[in-house]
Amino acid sequence: MKKNKSPEITKFSPKKNYELTQKEVGYIPRKKAKKADYERIGFMSGLEVHQQLKTKEKLFCHCPAGVFHSHDDFNAEIIRHMRPTLSELGEYDGTALMEYKTRKEIIYRINNQTACTYEIDDTPPFKINQEALEYALEISLLSKFNIVGEVHITRKQYLDGSIPAGFQRTAILGVEGEIPLKNKKVRLIQLSIEEDSSREISDIGHTRVYKTDRLGMPLIETVTYPEMYTPDELKEAAEYIRFLNRSTGRVRVGSGAGREDVNVSCKGGTRVEIKGVSYNKLIPELSHIEGFRQWALLNIKRKLNDNVKDPTIWKIQHKEIDYRDFDLKYEPITNGLIDKYRILAVNLPDFKGILSHFTQPGKIFANEISDRLKVIACIEKPNMVHSEELEPKIIEENFTKIKELLNAKENDAQIIFWAPEADIPTALETIEERCKMAFEGVPQETRKSFLDGTTIFERVLPGADRMYPDTDSAPIPLENNYIDELSKSLPSEVIDRYNQLNKWGIPEDTYTYIFRNNLFPLIEKIIKTLKINPKFIGTFIGHKLKFIEGHYTSADKFEYSKIYDLFKYLTDSKLDIQLSKKILPVVFQYPKMDFDSILTSINFKSVPKEEILSKIPFLKQKYSEIKTSKDDKVAKNWIMGELQKTAIGNIPPDQLAQAIVQN
Amino acid sequence: MSEDIFQGYKNKALEVLKKYNVRVWGQASIETTRGNFEGTVLPRSENDDDIHIVLKIITGYNIGIDIGTITNMKETGYKKANYKIPEKEFPTTPGLPSVKLFGTGGTIASRLDYRTGAVIPAFSPGELYGAVPELADICNLTTEKVFAVFSENMGPKQYISLAKAIGEEIKNGIDGIVIGHGTDTLHHTGAALTFMVQNSPVPIVLVGSQRSSDRPSSDAALNLMHAMKTAGHSDIAEVMVCMFGPTSDDYGLLHKGTRVRKMHSSYRSTFRTIGDTPLATVNRDKITPIKKDYKQRRNDRNVDILPYFSDKVTMLYYYPGMKPDTIDALVDNGYKGIVFVGTGLGHVNKELYPAIERATKKGVVMYMTLQTLWGYVHMFVYDTGRDMMARGIIPAGNMLPEVAFIKLGWAMGQTEDPEEIKKIMLTPINDEITKREPYNGYLVYQGGVPEVEDFIKKFRK
Ligand SMILES: [Zn+2]
Repeated sequence: MKKNKSPEITKFSPKKNYELTQKEVGYIPRKKAKKADYERIGFMSGLEVHQQLKTKEKLFCHCPAGVFHSHDDFNAEIIRHMRPTLSELGEYDGTALMEYKTRKEIIYRINNQTACTYEIDDTPPFKINQEALEYALEISLLSKFNIVGEVHITRKQYLDGSIPAGFQRTAILGVEGEIPLKNKKVRLIQLSIEEDSSREISDIGHTRVYKTDRLGMPLIETVTYPEMYTPDELKEAAEYIRFLNRSTGRVRVGSGAGREDVNVSCKGGTRVEIKGVSYNKLIPELSHIEGFRQWALLNIKRKLNDNVKDPTIWKIQHKEIDYRDFDLKYEPITNGLIDKYRILAVNLPDFKGILSHFTQPGKIFANEISDRLKVIACIEKPNMVHSEELEPKIIEENFTKIKELLNAKENDAQIIFWAPEADIPTALETIEERCKMAFEGVPQETRKSFLDGTTIFERVLPGADRMYPDTDSAPIPLENNYIDELSKSLPSEVIDRYNQLNKWGIPEDTYTYIFRNNLFPLIEKIIKTLKINPKFIGTFIGHKLKFIEGHYTSADKFEYSKIYDLFKYLTDSKLDIQLSKKILPVVFQYPKMDFDSILTSINFKSVPKEEILSKIPFLKQKYSEIKTSKDDKVAKNWIMGELQKTAIGNIPPDQLAQAIVQN
Repeated sequence: MSEDIFQGYKNKALEVLKKYNVRVWGQASIETTRGNFEGTVLPRSENDDDIHIVLKIITGYNIGIDIGTITNMKETGYKKANYKIPEKEFPTTPGLPSVKLFGTGGTIASRLDYRTGAVIPAFSPGELYGAVPELADICNLTTEKVFAVFSENMGPKQYISLAKAIGEEIKNGIDGIVIGHGTDTLHHTGAALTFMVQNSPVPIVLVGSQRSSDRPSSDAALNLMHAMKTAGHSDIAEVMVCMFGPTSDDYGLLHKGTRVRKMHSSYRSTFRTIGDTPLATVNRDKITPIKKDYKQRRNDRNVDILPYFSDKVTMLYYYPGMKPDTIDALVDNGYKGIVFVGTGLGHVNKELYPAIERATKKGVVMYMTLQTLWGYVHMFVYDTGRDMMARGIIPAGNMLPEVAFIKLGWAMGQTEDPEEIKKIMLTPINDEITKREPYNGYLVYQGGVPEVEDFIKKFRK
């Protein structure tokens, strides 16, 4: 407070502005955020959980599902351009228009093993895969959905090229479901079965390359209502749905087999979709940052509307500049010159302090523009520099000159971008469009996530108009008998399993691992048929197995059912179950090795209990000679240690300890 | 009126709707034994069963409700939708050629009624401009719906009225003609128009689409642009079929109407010139001739319209063990011309000989074409061939079976004299019989062979 007030105008510092605006927004790291912070910004979130089904074939053709190729393993390529179709009102919708503006050439790589003429839309669909439909219905029932009477295949338009037809075949199986969380129930909007999309190989300039191995694989999508009010709650819901799906044993696991679209909005913001999040552990950070990004954009909105009298007539000014008149020693620009790129300077009236306004940790509003230049105008990044760089890329004098050139006012901000001539109109339109959106607040869009929890613009959020009936498929009736039959063979519910683990006294830190790998049925079977202590088997799997998995590699595929075999072997051979801890690393590494050989390999010898116990008096004697402590406990531990090698598997440790005390 | 508000519903489903007073396009709240559902009641397709009601739910998806599970139903609102393609005026640009588009019922350009899935054809220049604005950069367009039938229902009647309409347009000074057509019988019409519209001074281009234009990956827009480009700017004044070259969105091929055939039920690149190379390739910028010889565009307005067709002509696809009575039955039913599609070099079994003889005696003319599609009929090589010729079957060279059928119908529409017919049949009008088959006229590459796989990988097909 007692700082000296200098009358001079302090120079504008983008860095300080970034920090100042971050404070204005009230951004705090997630670790420090409390429920009240999310209430303050009106955080709201929901999920679209995608899960691949473990079927042999794809959904609408007979290609194998789950066979994947490397990028260069293909037999042919075909090209398509996606053309927007007219919407109901005879207009092109937002995404459509944007995708068309980008004029992308889409190349599909086809491997004969995994794609046929159906995937590339040169053959109509075959009948829906019954196996997939059945699995999806099981999951629908478990998720308490109202099952439809008749399945109608619908076409959902995608103009990004991820599906060669330009639409995805999808169908609703149930509406209005429900899942229980720890403290509340979350309502589910719908569950659909659909075909998975192509995998992107690259997207550079005007060419996007996809491979088609994953395309057409059966996938389900569970959609929640936006009823999660904190990032942690959101993650809990994601985990529950994932575990529920896995509890059926009907779904694929592994990278990309389960993916979430995370919807986030804040009070006054817009529903923004973060696409394809594969790791649930990222959900809290991503949604936290997105909530605050929207809050920041609303701060920008307020500022702009305060400063600009009539936002409706706001527009940019631009001029092409000659690099020789400036000092543009920045590699992306000089590289662009080689490709005959042109350089343009753009003035953004009244945007001073906006370009460097905080949006996400380490990100400012200028990034929002640059991201769109890449996606919509197809100009590779870095594609611009501006007057409020946190780390200046070109010397400041350039902007002084550019301000003059553009007749800029004190409160304006400037961008310099470089692009091939053909992309310039779209680029200018994109810059102006994004800036005008800032007056409105938060644009509807989908965003791509990064591991650090930040996101970038992906596409404009598609309109509701992109759904229409698939004229190639007849409706599929779901009769009562069939649904009743399916209901009978469902696994128990995740929430009941959760409570059961609790009742067994199995520590909670094992649950995630157990549900993630659908190991509850295995644990239940071991406890029920082999009568092994629940807490022991719970921690054995949730701690020991988890550790081994993370630190060892298997020579052959390790099946979890091997764990049952292991305990059955120990029980049948009347060996102590503690021995399982020594066997596990070996059986995990060499799943094909039989248990007898494993025992030999770990130097286990079957020794009668009496023989071990008979050594106690001798050891007690020995200890008294080397005595290191008067404490009986130390003596016991020393003797235990001496005997452990032979004892393990032959006598349980608690019995041994007792015997030492008694002898 | 009462029919209209339950569009497509019948029997039991109709009764349920009536019972609860819920109309098509009504917002309904439905209680069922499987839970509650809400949405807009949609019309039901005529061919679907009578025990489900179709709902569009709020998320845009359609679902069906089993009427057997319904315990209660209520209409909570009503909103009937009526859709039209936006009509924008097709701009006229001085200097661009004028092209006429004839509609025959096949939908090349269309848009979708998103609620019902019904395809609404875009046809008037204004509608087409709304759907494919690029057309305005290619030509000045006028359109005329000649008739509306599905491709499979195209027949002699339609060929004749189309030929006459084309004749009129040419006299009126058009620069090129495009005919929008379903793809299934595109090549039949291509042959028919070649025979019925001869000596045309302008290009006549048949075009269709293998993927309806409601889908973003449709070939319709590009085919239409290629066809308009050809009609307006090409120097080739022939009857042509213009469809995708590769399955990729790349270039189109211009095929002679007499040598082209649909070769795949669903591929985009389904049309192929058989026994020769196509006339040219076309993209949005230019037409690149492949064949040096073609009939060139002229400025005069002379054209010969020969709108004849006899429906006493048929086609017989031979199979081993075919009985003579199949031929007798045709003859007894008054057919005057038969195109055989024979095996190998043009053969049928001996058992048919007596029937063939009987047919010849009754004045039936018979021509031989090939199931192999590629190659020439050679009836001198084996005795069987010579035997058949002795009994009256005339080899039709390398004329495609469908083309021979169309030509025979056209010829017999003009004369009944077998010699006259023979002269017409064997005198090519536009390469329906060629003198030679170039080496690259037969290319059906076999997948799996290393060099072919190599080629496929390098050239996007
Ligand atoms: Zn396939």
